[in-house]
Amino acid sequence: MAVTGLIFVGYVLAHMYGNLKVFAGQDSFDEYAHHLREFGEPILPYEGFLWIARVVLILAVIGHAYSAFKLWHRAAVARKEKYSARRVAKSTLSSRTMRWGGVTLLAFIVFHILHLTTRTITPGSNSDSPYERLVAGFQPERWWLVLIYLVALVALGMHLRHGVWSACQTLGFTNTAASRRRANLAGISLAVIVAVGFALVPISVLFGIVD
Amino acid sequence: MRLTLKIWRQPNSAAAGELRTYQLDDVSEDTSFLEMLDMLNEQLTGTDEEPVAFDSDCREGICGTCGVMINGQAHGPEVTTTCQLHMRSFSDGDTITIEPWRADAFPVLRDLIVDRGAFDRIIQQGGYISVNTGSAPDAHATAVPKKNADRAFDVATCIGCGACVAACPNGSASLFLGAKITHLGELPQGQAERDTRVVNMVAQHDHEGFGGCTNIGECTAACPKEIPLDVISQLNKDLRTAMRHGL
Amino acid sequence: MTETTPPTEGTTAAASDAEGFFRLGEPIADTKAPRGVPIDQKWTTRKFEARLVNPANRRKLSVIMVGTGLAGGAAAATLGEAGYHVKAFCYQDSPRRAHSIAAQGGINAAKNYKEDGDSTFRLFYDTVKGGDYRARETNVYRLAEVSANIIDQCVAQGVPFAREYGGLLDNRSFGGVQVSRTFYARGQTGQQLLIGAYQAMERQVAAGTVEDFTRHEMLELVVVDGRARGIIARDLVTGEIQTHLADVVVLASGGYGNVFFLSTNAMGSNVTATWRAHRKGAYFGNPCYTQIHPTCIPVSGSHQSKLTLMSESLRNDGRIWVPKKKADCDKDPRDIPEEDRDYYLERIYPSFGNLVPRDIASRQAKNMCDEGRGVGPEVDGVRRGVYLDFSDAIGRLGRKAVENKYGNLFDMYQQITGENPYETPMRIYPAVHYTMGGLWVDYDLQSTIPGLFVTGEANFSDHGANRLGASALMQGLADGYFVLPNTIRDYLADGPFEKIDESHPAVVEARQSVENRVATFLNTKGTRSVDSYHRELGNIMWEYCGMERTAEGLRKAIELIRTLRDDFWRNVKVLGAADTLNQSLERAGRVADFLELGELMCIDALNRRESCGGHFRAESQTEDGEALRDDANFAYVAAWEWGGDGGQPVLHKEDLVYEAIEMKQRSYK
Repeated sequence: MAVTGLIFVGYVLAHMYGNLKVFAGQDSFDEYAHHLREFGEPILPYEGFLWIARVVLILAVIGHAYSAFKLWHRAAVARKEKYSARRVAKSTLSSRTMRWGGVTLLAFIVFHILHLTTRTITPGSNSDSPYERLVAGFQPERWWLVLIYLVALVALGMHLRHGVWSACQTLGFTNTAASRRRANLAGISLAVIVAVGFALVPISVLFGIVD
Repeated sequence: MRLTLKIWRQPNSAAAGELRTYQLDDVSEDTSFLEMLDMLNEQLTGTDEEPVAFDSDCREGICGTCGVMINGQAHGPEVTTTCQLHMRSFSDGDTITIEPWRADAFPVLRDLIVDRGAFDRIIQQGGYISVNTGSAPDAHATAVPKKNADRAFDVATCIGCGACVAACPNGSASLFLGAKITHLGELPQGQAERDTRVVNMVAQHDHEGFGGCTNIGECTAACPKEIPLDVISQLNKDLRTAMRHGL
Repeated sequence: MTETTPPTEGTTAAASDAEGFFRLGEPIADTKAPRGVPIDQKWTTRKFEARLVNPANRRKLSVIMVGTGLAGGAAAATLGEAGYHVKAFCYQDSPRRAHSIAAQGGINAAKNYKEDGDSTFRLFYDTVKGGDYRARETNVYRLAEVSANIIDQCVAQGVPFAREYGGLLDNRSFGGVQVSRTFYARGQTGQQLLIGAYQAMERQVAAGTVEDFTRHEMLELVVVDGRARGIIARDLVTGEIQTHLADVVVLASGGYGNVFFLSTNAMGSNVTATWRAHRKGAYFGNPCYTQIHPTCIPVSGSHQSKLTLMSESLRNDGRIWVPKKKADCDKDPRDIPEEDRDYYLERIYPSFGNLVPRDIASRQAKNMCDEGRGVGPEVDGVRRGVYLDFSDAIGRLGRKAVENKYGNLFDMYQQITGENPYETPMRIYPAVHYTMGGLWVDYDLQSTIPGLFVTGEANFSDHGANRLGASALMQGLADGYFVLPNTIRDYLADGPFEKIDESHPAVVEARQSVENRVATFLNTKGTRSVDSYHRELGNIMWEYCGMERTAEGLRKAIELIRTLRDDFWRNVKVLGAADTLNQSLERAGRVADFLELGELMCIDALNRRESCGGHFRAESQTEDGEALRDDANFAYVAAWEWGGDGGQPVLHKEDLVYEAIEMKQRSYK
């Protein structure tokens, strides 16, 4: 759970970095998208790096989901008779929404791939320029698409907030009160950075800052 | 004060249970929570209804025998054991729901009493230092840095009450397990068996049917001895080390 | 069974106050402590003389252990390690919960790590003196002798004792002694030691040498051909009555302070195991020796189910006082100026001050309250409390240091009373805490029934008439780890004994009597709850057999107890069934036994017309109100033999002979 989770953290940060290229203009963004496919050439074939990344990510998704469902199942059988009254003491909302939040993210990832990778659904434009597809998609008349992305980013932020801290704990990095505070801080910071960093793009398009 | 009590009644582990409602009057705020239940039981005996079975022994917060869910919180609203909870934490007219610890590894024996034998079986799998009586060296033979001794003590205060399991949304006993691993792992005497201890105890924990830890932290909030969450990190670290050593 | 003569003129003692309540039997003596060797050689000699059991034979020998606290848990672990087959019983849901866990202050050991003049002999001397010269010298010396091994053993097990910055063990001085020999683990020493013993025992459970029977209660002893051969136990979950047979039975079932209903004992602590053995022929030693602990949280009202003790280590840094003027008793203590406070222990006992032994501290607190200078809420018209003040210590050491030493005790006090002891002085009052009396045992810890051994608080042996602080843990672990495993082998060397099965008449009779008793409780269908009887018995005991006893009061108590007992058997109400978890039924059996024990305690107290240690007879005091011993007439252990239902108990005297030290009037001034 922790190891696969940390792979996603690395991926998400790289992905965000790429997204922010949108502010450098269409050429820069499209160039970046194209370059990803040529990355590592000629040692790797065209799109080779991308496929390696994709395979790693798919394996990580499988591993992450498998562990998650296993934990979910264990929790379900560990307490078959539920409490009729239950009051939460100290846990964060993020920690308690990891499971459904995770399912939400999984659904979103499928949608996101269909939208911008496979181009199966093409709200706004099916241009060959990723930049154009993106800008066309997040226009105000397609507010619902912006909303889907923003909801997903909130879910991602929350997932990271608990996930990063929890990964540190699971990997045994948090053996003192101070290190626990640091791990928590890391979780919160990453959550905010990633959620805001990604959200900047659709919001900027929505408000016409990027066009 | 006057209270409405909704209490889980279940004749034995095989039978079905239900919440039953009772009224109790004239409860003083200096009464402890369990003395309030004593009062209820006197009242029930008077009306020929079998008293509510609940566990308690030392009633000074150290033996770990007592423990019930009070309005959905393990040991109730204060950071203490059920026996040390006093009625001054409640108000006149309150409705209080009282349920047993709920975990399949802790089957209900009757009413509010559960079987926590799983904890003993976890300890049996390595929660000790193997030293036969009489074979110990002089107590001053090995100095233990105060920092380690203090941490060992802080986590050795675990009373094995099971509140961590009761409060955990996953039904995990990782806090209990981590406390013992950390206690013995901090001491020089505990090093020889450190790897096998963690591996075997975790295996028994899982075998008993406790859930897995997702680091939510409800356990440590419910712990009357305030065992910190870092014992679970220590547990994971020790487990990782043991795996690296090929166990 | 024993030749008896009526206690008339011609017996050595003066006519007893308890005449008409008992018969006088033959004297009794320990025959196991080696004679003719110096006291410091006796234990070594005994260990050598006690026969060995071949390791291959140990597997075939079975031991029943009743109780799994410090004494029982440690013994079960050690006997398991040696290879015997041990069956360990406890009424709790886990051995880790035995009431030893509640001991707070510490454990004594003659390590002399502080180089402050301590030695085995000094620990021995202090313990005998603390017990007011009513303990058996040989046993106490051995206790002091093995004390150092206990610390070694516990440290090796991972017991996290307090340590100094250099990493070595810390010590403190504790209740009634002037050297620092007490090892401690903050205020949770009993817990940490018990967890150590528990873990050692669980290790043996995993190894297959110890079988544990939790939530099982011994209800009868099985005696076959004069030997203890097993027990009848009830599975407290299913209600099943079970027979367990073995080569030897060990009782490590703790003390009987709950006869007072309100005590610092756990709710479940009871006398049933030892009382059932007593009824089967084991003599009961010094039942009236009760320790009233000076530092408990005062009673707050009629709903109270138990009293909470706070470690007397608090007396190391706290100062005890009451207002000089009665008019100040209801004032905020912080508003009472220094000159209007009476630090009465420091005033009366200048050299020991607040660290006088428990019996003295308790009685003086009672005296202050009887004078009308008690503090706290009035209960039945009297303020029963004195201040224990930490403001000096906080000023001197800083709040942080006080918190480190006593934090958990302060928290507990605040939890219970709702008052913050860092800001306002604590209120304390004595409460029943420990019973020095118990089944009579010889040097081998064997009772008068062959094959029945008794360890820890359940026996009478080491504390005389008063137990010093931090000695209970020492005795429990000494008995469990080091004494019993060495002495029991001498008995087991004759085993395995003839095999018996459940159809043996003695077994059938024991089992039948348990079943009948259970049925009687359930079929009485009276009107009063078990708890109400227990509460009433407790009131009688506390009133007449508590901190101060008189002949008149004790006679009255005996009458009241007999009446109450009759009423109990006619009118008790136990709901539910025998074949389920039934807590009222469990308590009924315990209270029935307390109702018999209470009477014996009063008879013993009535007979002992002297004051010694925790036993204070108003008729025997000095002019300034101190306890006055009567060595000429009472330098003996009173070992009581069961006289049958409705019969009179038989008193057997064991003369106390002091060869290694001289018997002196105890003085702490």
